[in-house]
Amino acid sequence: MSLDLFGSFALLLAFLCGIYAFVIGIAAIRTRKPLLIKSARHAGMAVCVLIWLGFASLAYLFFTDNFAMAYVVAHSNRTLETFFKFPAIWAGQEGSLLFWSFLLSIYVFSALFTYRHKHPELMPYVGVVLAGVQLFFLTLNNFIASPFQVLGAAGPAGVMHYIARADGQGLNPLLQYPEMIIHPPVLYSGYTGFSIPFAFALAALLGRYPGEKWIHLTRRWTMIAWGFQSAGILLGAHWAYAVLGWGGYWSWDPVENASLMPWLTGTAFLHSVMMQEKRGMMRVWNIWLVFTTFLLTIFGTFLTRSGVVSSVHAFAESKIGPWFLGFIGVALAVCVVSFLRNRDYLRSDNVLDSLVSRESSFLFNNLILLVACVAVLSGTLFPVLSEWVRGTKISVGAPFFNKINLPIGLFLLFLTGVGPLLAWRKTSMESLRRNFGIPLAIGIVAAAVGMLLGLREFYVTTCLLLSVFVTMTILTEFYRGARVIAARTGANLLSSAGQLTLRNTRRYGGYVVHFGMVLIFIGVSGTAFNQNKEMEMPVGAQMDIGPYHLTHQTFDSTQQTNYSTERATIAVDRNNQQVIMLYPERRFYPSNQESGTMVAIYSTLKQDLYVVYAGRSPDTNQPVIHAYLNPLVKWIWLGGAIVVLGTLLALVPNQQPVLALRAVEGRVPAMGSPATAQLSMQRYESPHE
Amino acid sequence: MKVKTKFGIGAAIIVVTLSALGYIGAKESKTYYHTVSELSTLSSNQRNQRIRVGGDVVAGSIKHMPGRIDFVLKEENKTLPVSYVGADPLPDTFKDGAQCLVEGKAMPDGRFVAEQIQAKCASKYEVAPGADLPGGQPQAASPGDNKS
Repeated sequence: MSLDLFGSFALLLAFLCGIYAFVIGIAAIRTRKPLLIKSARHAGMAVCVLIWLGFASLAYLFFTDNFAMAYVVAHSNRTLETFFKFPAIWAGQEGSLLFWSFLLSIYVFSALFTYRHKHPELMPYVGVVLAGVQLFFLTLNNFIASPFQVLGAAGPAGVMHYIARADGQGLNPLLQYPEMIIHPPVLYSGYTGFSIPFAFALAALLGRYPGEKWIHLTRRWTMIAWGFQSAGILLGAHWAYAVLGWGGYWSWDPVENASLMPWLTGTAFLHSVMMQEKRGMMRVWNIWLVFTTFLLTIFGTFLTRSGVVSSVHAFAESKIGPWFLGFIGVALAVCVVSFLRNRDYLRSDNVLDSLVSRESSFLFNNLILLVACVAVLSGTLFPVLSEWVRGTKISVGAPFFNKINLPIGLFLLFLTGVGPLLAWRKTSMESLRRNFGIPLAIGIVAAAVGMLLGLREFYVTTCLLLSVFVTMTILTEFYRGARVIAARTGANLLSSAGQLTLRNTRRYGGYVVHFGMVLIFIGVSGTAFNQNKEMEMPVGAQMDIGPYHLTHQTFDSTQQTNYSTERATIAVDRNNQQVIMLYPERRFYPSNQESGTMVAIYSTLKQDLYVVYAGRSPDTNQPVIHAYLNPLVKWIWLGGAIVVLGTLLALVPNQQPVLALRAVEGRVPAMGSPATAQLSMQRYESPHE
Repeated sequence: MKVKTKFGIGAAIIVVTLSALGYIGAKESKTYYHTVSELSTLSSNQRNQRIRVGGDVVAGSIKHMPGRIDFVLKEENKTLPVSYVGADPLPDTFKDGAQCLVEGKAMPDGRFVAEQIQAKCASKYEVAPGADLPGGQPQAASPGDNKS
């Protein structure tokens, strides 16, 4: 059997199994028969395995250069390096939708498998919801956008027969970049991952599952999805920066916005679940946040694939849009109906006590993130909305998004510093002064120094003040905790800080994430000082930008297997000392008549020198060099890495401080008996936990 | 005052401030979409707005002039001469036949002066079955074929 048939049969079978899992799952919930529950669960797992087989056979078709397949022809060719056959798999509509199903099925399988013997009240509902989501994507994979279409031609008698092509059309050069192998899987893992908390939330609501259990269950899943989403967004930004050659990393393009919106609501959710866990508040809000996040992941996909808003990255306009809209409609209806029927079960235990409290900082955090999301959404949909309301299509650009989101960002940064140190319920003036006095003073000093050195932009100065303030509060937190442990164990401060982190990974991992965000903010604020210069530069010509002196040394064109290339060699000097050679390049791919820019970047913590060979000047046929000086960009990528690290840290199970306490007995008798040590430890940790 | 009211006032201040900022930002950057055929019928008032027009680049029409690049956009048999005067280098995807969006101002003489150009990222611009391929009229043949 040929593999294309194998793949499409696997997907068809997955679809049928999905229907079975869905229908039998509902029957199982009604009848509560253990055998049916088990059968539905097994069918759900079978769906996943079948999707894996389908995806594996598509991958196989790519790696064996099977040019009888329409999809392989469209996105690959023989000279494409093996390495780049991975991104080719998801380069088009059909493949990327199957890839979506594939990643989703990994999550679904893990969830079904992990909880196979647990939570018998909840899991059947979860299984049904997940099967429903999977069925939607399987419908697309099977009937609307199948990647397993073969090429055919009409024969003499009008009978269609297979044809195979000798070679494919090749992969878009923009995607022939190592990051394109990791960015889509990471981002899609974020998108699909939010299905799990969604399924648990909806299941808990439908089954009126008691208490905050579903939140505990999905905490790690949500963080995994959030971590992937964060990393995916930043990898995408880095790809745009390093490949597209326009000198920036974010342009408020609909595709970028589509990935940002669920991230914003997901971030809000990660914070507000703490209110529910600790204080039994915000139950309705949390359920809707997670519903919204999930719907936004689907909506984002709809935006980028339906042609509703034009985007440079958008997929070809296709008939797939109405399917997504339909699914969003159905999902929303299910959410609304199950909410209306079960809302009495979501009543809050507590009310807001004070405006200066942890609760209220979470409320503001949520409000602000939601406003940001609404702003991004309305900006993205502005052309559509204005056409409905006023009959003219109007779009808004970067100034709109920046004007709203810069203050939001700074306010969030402020909350990042303040929120974690406010006490639950009510915070006294005394504790405010103790916790924030010194960090705030240091922040103000830093901002004053910055202003003296010439940082006179309002937002930049504020950002500097807040960044220093937040960093100081985070350091203080680590220092205080570590000091307590160090005093008790006799270990040094650094290893005590490590122990502290491992004992409460969620809290201290969270701080690490916050610190990563601070670095990202610092990096973004550098944008205010970007410079760029474009010049015709024949060999020997020179250019000055910022502290750098650029000399065009040689220019060559070469022929590679897959493309031909023109490359400039540019020596970069600083204070008459050569710091680096840069090789900005432009490639031409004959198979699809496309060209690609290879940007050359010299990156330091202070600034990036970003050099683009922009082609030859049409008048003189001389090479044109466009150089950008982008301050602090590296901090963004660094911050991103720290955010991911912090997320991973927060996923590690807490270590019990048993060993440390045992050490107390021998070493530090002055501290009192182990019993009091334990007591004070609890007292230390409880106000924050 | 009740805490809830206080929070409500705080929230209202934030939302109102941000809406105002959004309004200013939208006013500053709003761009009107028009089709090529609509351009000739615009009032002088409308001409002064930022305008965005889309179309296909007519093959062979791209001419590099000193300080600008001229080409012709075509949409449903209507054509529009465009001069691109923007600072950014042309996107890699900008070439004969590319789907392209230009943003700028319509001049009274019928020429469009563009400051920004977007050309459709061809990665995902899927070639229609049968078109643009050497030899025969191959088609994607599969039951339920809905590829557009």
